[in-house]
Amino acid sequence: MPPAVVLKDLRKTYKDVVAVDGLDLEVRPGECFGLLGPNGAGKTTTIEICEGLTVPDAGEVQVLGQDWLSGGASLRQRLGISLQETQFSEKLTVAETLCLFRSFYRNPRPLEEVLDAVQLGEKRNGRVGQLSGGQKQRLALACALVADPELFFLDEPTTGLDPQSRRQLWELIEGVKRAGRTVVLTTHYMEEAERLCDRVAIVDHGKVIALGTPRQLVASLGAQHVVEFRIGDAAVPIVDQDLLALDGALSTRTQDGSYLVESTHAHRTVPALLSLLSARGLPLDELRTHSATLEDVFVHLTGRQLRDG
Amino acid sequence: MADSSRRWFDRALVQLTLVRLREVWREPEAIFWIFLFPVLMAGGLGLAFRSRPAGITKVAVLAGSPWSAQTARRLEADSLLEVQVLDDSASARALRTGRVAIVLLPDSGSVGYRFDDTRPEGLTARSRVDDALQRSAGRTDALGVSEEIVRERGSRYIDFVVPGLLGMNLLGSGVWGLGFAVVDARRKRLLKRLIATPMPKWAYLSSFVISRLALLVLEAGLLLVFAALVFGVPLRGSLTSLALICLLSSLAFGGLGLLIAARPRTIEGASGLMNLALVPMWVFSGVFFSSSRFPEAVQPFVQALPLTAVNDALRANMLEGATLAQVAPELAIIAAWLVGTFVIALRIFRWQ
Repeated sequence: MPPAVVLKDLRKTYKDVVAVDGLDLEVRPGECFGLLGPNGAGKTTTIEICEGLTVPDAGEVQVLGQDWLSGGASLRQRLGISLQETQFSEKLTVAETLCLFRSFYRNPRPLEEVLDAVQLGEKRNGRVGQLSGGQKQRLALACALVADPELFFLDEPTTGLDPQSRRQLWELIEGVKRAGRTVVLTTHYMEEAERLCDRVAIVDHGKVIALGTPRQLVASLGAQHVVEFRIGDAAVPIVDQDLLALDGALSTRTQDGSYLVESTHAHRTVPALLSLLSARGLPLDELRTHSATLEDVFVHLTGRQLRDG
Repeated sequence: MADSSRRWFDRALVQLTLVRLREVWREPEAIFWIFLFPVLMAGGLGLAFRSRPAGITKVAVLAGSPWSAQTARRLEADSLLEVQVLDDSASARALRTGRVAIVLLPDSGSVGYRFDDTRPEGLTARSRVDDALQRSAGRTDALGVSEEIVRERGSRYIDFVVPGLLGMNLLGSGVWGLGFAVVDARRKRLLKRLIATPMPKWAYLSSFVISRLALLVLEAGLLLVFAALVFGVPLRGSLTSLALICLLSSLAFGGLGLLIAARPRTIEGASGLMNLALVPMWVFSGVFFSSSRFPEAVQPFVQALPLTAVNDALRANMLEGATLAQVAPELAIIAAWLVGTFVIALRIFRWQ
């Protein structure tokens, strides 16, 4: 089976802003592929080029084995798309909106089936204007589902939602994956990428800076754990050399007044840290450890946090 | 083809047109402005400018001498004159505020008339009062006359203004109805979402045309039926021709709306352009008064405006019973706008 999406040396510049700067990607059929990166990294431009909505300045684009110049309308029949921030007409009902989108496809899924899939059956006659943020996002996903597509492009499907609505959408997207469909999604939530994506490309400044399964990417840090602590007013500040000398410590950084130590073994690093602090007579205000995440990978690669943009 | 087996209801063009109609129908303000406002406007103007025989003329006679009472008695013999005797300051105030049209002054054996010759009722009052006084003083008419009174339908102000209101309404609903809907869909990124589907672009634009025509039947019909029943506005031309003029006009104004909506991303940007297009036509195109009142120098501009051509064609049809051939020059101007606006709009249209 050919790859679902192939991008080679993709480039796009808006006026003087370079949005995509030589990006390469290959999405395999049946996988859920995530583009993870901060706002402005070029994720949306990349996915809109894949969707045929934006024309790249240079580079090669293949979607489901076709390109947009020759594929056109027949390719659109095979894609399900959810854009960032689409507002559907508020005066229409949920069912009317879905009927409209169904009418564009040759072999759409039955209305009832889609309403059930996104749990909007009860709201079928409710006006779109009355829906909550989570319900609107589920409607947006439903408009992609009616096409019964082979390939989904979802641009920030959960941005701005409360945790509960986000989990609901995650379950829906997992349902799509189980049905064997290919999904490409963008996100700046590392939990979302870790939970949904088989493979993740970390994107920054229009380039892929890391690619792999979430597990591989975290493992590439070499550190399985992160020890995070905060101390009270210290006469003698702690310097990086002190922390790198701790048992198991690999690297260190500070963030918002906290010290972070990436470590191979938290159970050896933490006791070493505590004896260092008591030897110096420094008061410990806060101590946490967590398993390393994609966020740590991003910070490690760029020195910035995902949410900072 | 898979398409042929689908129910008509599931076709993109049908669904898109239904969406257009629902959006209008579920917007109470739209209903008011499209359907009721022109009717209310016609009703208001019809009442304000209804034709009637020139009414009672109000006359003041300056008080203070036996002449005053004597003159007042003579005038009261004429039932169309209403006479009051007022002192100097009261009569001056009454004349100034229009409560009387003329003041009569004693003038050593003759009579003086004080009136404003720039007011139509001033001149009417002068000749009526003069007739009454001269006759009562013994004048006999040298020439016998007979009168035949004719009140022609079609020459009243309401007859003039209803075709103008119809033209203005077609313009407004074409430009606003189409323009705002398109710009709003672009602003909400709904246009972008739609072109990410296999939706045919022609179907999207055609749905606007079809829904405009469906609404046209209602909005033009309502205004014309009201004007004909309540004010007896004549419909002398063939109704088929009238329908065709309305159809062509509505399409041309829809093209103008599409052109205005082709690029703006915000409602504010579109509103500015709409005012730029609409206001000159409201002023110059002869909605409320004849466009021939404008000087010769601006007439080429005035005549080239689509609303001028539409109003002229509607008036020629309704008031003079003109055939389509007789309004061919107007129809040519409207058709030129229709083609020109659509061609440019489609070329520069921004879907995202």
